[in-house]
Amino acid sequence: MKKLKSNFLFVVVYVFIISCNNTKTLPFYGQREAKITTDKDGNQKIDTIYQTIPNFSFLNQDSTYITQDNFKDKVYIADFFFTSCSTICPTMHRNLTTVYNEYKNNPEVMFLSHTIDFKYDKPNVLKKYAQKLGVDTKKWQFVYGSKDSVYKMAERDYLVAVQEDSSAKDGYIHQGWLVLIDKHKRIRGAYDGTKTEQVAQLKKDISILLTEK
Amino acid sequence: MRSKLIIVVFFSAVLAVIYSCQSRGQINQAQYASNGKDLYLANCQNCHGVNGEGLGDLIPPLNDTLFLKSNKEKLACFIKNGVSQEMRINGKTYDGKMPGFSHLESIDIAQIITYITNSFGNKQGVYPYEKVATDLTKCN
Repeated sequence: MKKLKSNFLFVVVYVFIISCNNTKTLPFYGQREAKITTDKDGNQKIDTIYQTIPNFSFLNQDSTYITQDNFKDKVYIADFFFTSCSTICPTMHRNLTTVYNEYKNNPEVMFLSHTIDFKYDKPNVLKKYAQKLGVDTKKWQFVYGSKDSVYKMAERDYLVAVQEDSSAKDGYIHQGWLVLIDKHKRIRGAYDGTKTEQVAQLKKDISILLTEK
Repeated sequence: MRSKLIIVVFFSAVLAVIYSCQSRGQINQAQYASNGKDLYLANCQNCHGVNGEGLGDLIPPLNDTLFLKSNKEKLACFIKNGVSQEMRINGKTYDGKMPGFSHLESIDIAQIITYITNSFGNKQGVYPYEKVATDLTKCN
């Protein structure tokens, strides 16, 4: 009976310690698998392998190819849009511009907007769009790729639904997620870019992610 | 004493009736503007913003009172058919395209115009729905 009591006390203290730990970490999104490795002493160790963004190569607004190398050791926010979109995109980018301005002077944060209008949004169109949005810098990349490569990447790697749809007002439908990627290419958050409170959360989560190695 | 009280009550009742009766125009404007706000939210706000601020140099703001006033008879055409001409607003040139909102009825357009021209620092009174039909015949 006495032992039970001391056990109980231990649990209470333990719970206190855990709840005092304020360092918040962000979740991991997507598929994961366990990888079991055996070290030279024969001890087995289980590592969790999280879904990562694979290599890509897209033309940016300056008609140069952009790859994973441009995002090495960066936290970045990815989204899917098109320049002639009159539904959710202007709101998404109005909100994302506020994030851009907040992290303007932080070289560890970047932005990657993929167009899903493979017919019209060629690099020169993206260039004009970036200039007019007032964000035409290396920090915010606007990229163009083939329908196949961009759409596949959206659905499989960034978990954002995009679709060509002739019945939609502007010819395409897509989700307005702003996807937060960490320095190891893993998805750590998705925020509805049309909602200011979710974009405020994104700003907070970026600062949490920046403290991670 | 009693008759004095009756007189006071009577006059205050008359005053109350007078004060509670806004002019027809005021009621009209309030109704137009409140419906217009809902229509604005559904059709315009994504691009032009909750405060009519526009977006960078892509989408013009709606606070250029002078522009709105001098182009008042064209506003219905802009909304119904869209815009592809260059516009100079607050001294800046905008050359983007605005899609048309052909599904909007005349009354909707009148209410949207009334909302816009009486918000974001504008104060231009009611735009009556009868005017939409006449203005739309003059679209180019």
